[in-house]
Amino acid sequence: MTQINVRVDGVTYTDDVEPRTLLVHYLREQLGKVGTVIGCDTSNCGACTVHLDGSAVKSCTVLAVQADGGEVTTIEGLAPQGSLHPVQKAFHEMHGLQCGYCTPGMIMASVDLLKENPDPSDTEVREGIEGNLCRCTGYQNIVRAVQQAAGEMRGATNGHVSAADVDIAAAPHVVGQS
Amino acid sequence: MTAVEDRPTTEAPEREVGKARRRKEDARLITGRTTWTDNMVLPGMLHLAVVRSPVAHAKISSIDTSVAQEAPGVVAVLTGRDVADEQGSIPCAWPVTPDMVNPGHPSIAVDEVNHVGEAVAVIVARSKAAAQDAVELVDVDYDLLPAVLDMEEATGQDPDLCHDHLESNRSFHFVFDGGEAGTGADTDQVFADAEVVVSRRFVQQRLIPAFMEPRSVVVQPQGDNYTMWSSTQVPHILRIMLAMVTGVPEHKLRVVAPDVGGGFGGKLQVTPEEVISLLVARRLGKPVKWTETRSESLMTAHHGRDQIQYIDIASDREGNVKGLRCRILADMGAYLRLVSPGVPVLGAFMFNGIYKFDAYRFECDGVFTNKTPTDAYRGAGRPEATFAIERIMDELAVELGMDPLELRRKNWIKAEEFPFTTVAGMTYDSGDYETATQQALELLGYDELRAEQQRRRESNDPVQLGIGFSTFTEMCGLAPSRVLGSLSYGAGGWEHAAIRMLPTGKVEVVTGSTPHGQGHETAWSQLVADRLGVPFEDVEVLHGDTSVAPRGLDTYGSRSLVVGGAAVVNAAEKVVAKARRVAAHLLEASEDDLDYTGGKFSVRGTPGSEVSIQEIALATFAAHNFPEGVEPSIDADATFDPENFSFPHGTHVCAMEVDTETGMVKIRKYACVDDVGTIVNPLIVEGQVHGGLAQGIAQALFEEAVYDADGNLTTGTFVDYLVPSAADLPHFDTGNTVHEAPGNPIGAKGVGEAGCIASTPAVVNAALDAVRHLGVRDIRMPLTPERVWRALHDGGDGGDRATAGTNAYGGAQTETTAGVSTPQSALGGDR
Amino acid sequence: MIPAAFEYARPTTVDEALQAIAAGGDDVKVLAGGQSLIPVMRLRLAAPETVVDLGRVAELRGVRDDGDAIVIGAMTTHHDVMTDPLVQQYAPLIAEATETVADRQVRARGTFGGALVHADPAGDLPAVALALDAEFVIAGLEGRRTVSAGEFFVDYLTTAVEEGELLVEIRVPKLAGEWGMRYEKFNRVAQAWSIVAVAAVVRRENGHIAEARIGLTNMGSTPLRATAVEAALAGAQASPETIAAAARSAAEGTSPSSDLNAQADYREHLAQVLTRRAVTAAAGL
Repeated sequence: MTQINVRVDGVTYTDDVEPRTLLVHYLREQLGKVGTVIGCDTSNCGACTVHLDGSAVKSCTVLAVQADGGEVTTIEGLAPQGSLHPVQKAFHEMHGLQCGYCTPGMIMASVDLLKENPDPSDTEVREGIEGNLCRCTGYQNIVRAVQQAAGEMRGATNGHVSAADVDIAAAPHVVGQS
Repeated sequence: MTAVEDRPTTEAPEREVGKARRRKEDARLITGRTTWTDNMVLPGMLHLAVVRSPVAHAKISSIDTSVAQEAPGVVAVLTGRDVADEQGSIPCAWPVTPDMVNPGHPSIAVDEVNHVGEAVAVIVARSKAAAQDAVELVDVDYDLLPAVLDMEEATGQDPDLCHDHLESNRSFHFVFDGGEAGTGADTDQVFADAEVVVSRRFVQQRLIPAFMEPRSVVVQPQGDNYTMWSSTQVPHILRIMLAMVTGVPEHKLRVVAPDVGGGFGGKLQVTPEEVISLLVARRLGKPVKWTETRSESLMTAHHGRDQIQYIDIASDREGNVKGLRCRILADMGAYLRLVSPGVPVLGAFMFNGIYKFDAYRFECDGVFTNKTPTDAYRGAGRPEATFAIERIMDELAVELGMDPLELRRKNWIKAEEFPFTTVAGMTYDSGDYETATQQALELLGYDELRAEQQRRRESNDPVQLGIGFSTFTEMCGLAPSRVLGSLSYGAGGWEHAAIRMLPTGKVEVVTGSTPHGQGHETAWSQLVADRLGVPFEDVEVLHGDTSVAPRGLDTYGSRSLVVGGAAVVNAAEKVVAKARRVAAHLLEASEDDLDYTGGKFSVRGTPGSEVSIQEIALATFAAHNFPEGVEPSIDADATFDPENFSFPHGTHVCAMEVDTETGMVKIRKYACVDDVGTIVNPLIVEGQVHGGLAQGIAQALFEEAVYDADGNLTTGTFVDYLVPSAADLPHFDTGNTVHEAPGNPIGAKGVGEAGCIASTPAVVNAALDAVRHLGVRDIRMPLTPERVWRALHDGGDGGDRATAGTNAYGGAQTETTAGVSTPQSALGGDR
Repeated sequence: MIPAAFEYARPTTVDEALQAIAAGGDDVKVLAGGQSLIPVMRLRLAAPETVVDLGRVAELRGVRDDGDAIVIGAMTTHHDVMTDPLVQQYAPLIAEATETVADRQVRARGTFGGALVHADPAGDLPAVALALDAEFVIAGLEGRRTVSAGEFFVDYLTTAVEEGELLVEIRVPKLAGEWGMRYEKFNRVAQAWSIVAVAAVVRRENGHIAEARIGLTNMGSTPLRATAVEAALAGAQASPETIAAAARSAAEGTSPSSDLNAQADYREHLAQVLTRRAVTAAAGL
């Protein structure tokens, strides 16, 4: 067992973990942060995405001991209780989810993307979330949601884009794809 | 905010049906407050891990569990022998022919394993890690038997046998012959007389449903009662089947499907792991949990598709189609699962598509191979049929030198011909193929792309452009119970709903249709809000728990709205009828003089005299002032059994770029116009179409479950089984026409499978259209760049792929139960 | 799935790390970013006795200017490499190739050194390092040694880093003159490994190609240089025809594998097409 100190969603925890414990297992099983889920074993699906020290990471490919001294934000701590992050709101508004299993990871990856690129094109959104798999939506409404959230976060005069507007604005992703 | 969400201030509330309501489900899903089965923790819970066969076909000569039994944290290790008397057989509910051969399917193999990944023992331990660690300590000796992997060999001369106690590898031979059924002419005669016959062999590759939430089961024993939480599409069917298989009486068993992360048919199953979990909980009297890994899921959750199709089409020189003959080999895998044999049989009635054939014959052999069993996957039989007909129509067009759309137009059912009874005996309900097609062409920008295609051909551009069509229909709304009975299915196709009017005027809707991402809570609320005149927000939809929603047949086959929604509407009508009696009593008027609008009964011609449904609910609860002889309840339930299927249709058009130097294909543009009948929620409908398109396109371009010569699944992780990401899929331009379905009170036809069924052939037809002038006749799915390149350079259909997995992760291909250690990089390692 | 249990060490200096490796028993794995190691451990394809985590070894992170070379610390993450001004100025090929590695989450954790020392034939960075004539500084208890890229990649998943040693930094020579670079990657889905990829580095002089260095990804058990193409291009006119002719020998001396995505002959074909495209772009045509 190795002792770790981690701040998760604003709360500091000191726990003993086996070194082999994955961060996602620590979050789910020791902290009860079951909003973060596991979708694969090979770091492909991104369902387990959380922020570690400000960057989106796949918590199934990080050992809990590697997060020692770090700060983790999960979907459960993305916005204060009772309120929603603009990306969460936009996923709802644009119907960017169906079964919702990929959604926490998809939202956390999108937030990370928007931090780096506050006004992504359709193609940039698609490439920005290439590490997150969704089996339900075909991604189109996820792309719309990320762009809508981007607008709101930029404080654009009309951050609230209707689905139809985004749809027209969004160029086919094949343009500019190598 | 879209305009439709603004409530007008007029008296009558705006109709909910047709509104783009944002989903009620989302609140928990976007905040991580979801109840997935794997989230559950119960006091004293034990964890299961399954020891699985690393070989495709063998006798189990011995199993030594002694080391595993002694491992830290291990509570028990059970083999198939230990549970042989109580595990029964995984059920197959669809004996499609009277003489269908079912070899029986133990949840844990006893004497013999028949596919890689089959369970041979189960570890029960105090933690998931301890269970996993002990898997490697179980020592199993196998006497290898030859693996049967190829359907054509398996049904050829002197094949090896998948099950050596059976006489052949054939499970069933199902025939539908239009001539014999009286729905068409004699097929052989029509072919003998035909001016043109085109024959093709198509391969429907094996797919994996790959729902995002891995399967998970929790069982809690309470005395002689058991509660099972399972990530399933079918809690009701599961409960019945578990009772039959294990002997736990049905009334002692409660099954709950909490939030379920996708299914696509993949969770329409009674799984070995569900049976094992129940058996272990019963044996040990402790709560247990099993949650699969992704590798386990890809290897052992049932697969889909996997057919070889021999299709013959007959026509005259002018392009009037005459006859269609389909001979299908359908891979069942090693065992028959819940509806494995029914999947190709569902397709039997769809191969003729939207075209008017004189004659039709379908025959299908269900074939056993030493692979994971197949069963329902989004579309289940209908994508296979649609692919065959839409591909062969293109091949016929080429043979005749006709435009593929002209050929289709010449032969499809005209709008004025509905209802139309087809050569397969189906009565198509409504539609207009021409209008949908015109709209789709406009969405695509067809003329411009055809002109560009011409330019690229003339300039010999290394990147060629093609346009492909799929003008499809499907049978949805599974299903009329009588039809299922005639096809020997083991259950009906009805659906149940109940509505409870609470004293405070709020409404509980209980549905037997169990969602896993479709948005039932939202759509059902819209239906009920309209019918009862109550606010959308005042409706709560309950589902997925056999003790809350005791009757139901669950969610699959695009049936939820068409059948389950219809039951909800009928229940609401019954509530209104009951409330009317109470209202008449309270308003001291005759029932016949009452109008019901906006949730209020009013006496015709007497302004100001009205009573709301909420007031009636409270009055019913109090029951102080109730009509004589009437029981104090306005709750109602309804069971809806459709009389016919519904038949959504649509036109899908794909424009595809093919890099002739590398073989890389890239969708340039995709447009489709679907007719799914009445649209209850346009957001949800659009979302279902998008998701279906993604899966159908993925079949065409990316996905394939590949087995090597020993029967190992090579595509055993998401590294090799390619579920596309956002960056791999195009933007979709979608539209709708609306022709109401006459068979249900909503007018809906079903949308869940449309995109998945329609898109695959459109994509393949587009790729072929791009390169046919270069001599390519066919390319096998998925259209890997290598296959496209080989088809261009060597002819043929691109051929077999090498079966080795990628060398990524040092060759991490198939997770075997033994946890094989291989030489890795010297030190470290990062992608 | 859960990795098998292991002993865990978390040194804070290179010296401590070397000692931890020495003390770690027969089967020690060094954990850099863990983006390949942790998945193979989860699949139990690797079950090391000891894992030495370099995450706290600060001296291994960062990029610095060292006169005629830039020096990239082995533990610098892909994200930090991509966005580093020195890399963008002197070795834009590295930034271009690193952008194609996996996805943003993986790039946030995965490291430059970890990817090189893993030496996955399908990995993108080894061929880039080879094309740039990078040098690898390897530390051991006995001191440090430097090996060339050509010597570094020994075999499938095997490098010149011996047991008990660590890759600590990579020196990438600054290029003098008018250089163009291109990484041409071919894969089926966005986050996949390369089926084949070509790293081209071209020095132009008066409308001619003075020098070309071409690294091939996944054309053998190690990254390879397309030496026949390089020879054909040296001093040649920078024209599409010359480049196309030279690119036809891109597969000479390679021995690509056959797998789901491509059989060997198709990989050989791809190498030619991608070499032509990469060199054409690098030559500014």
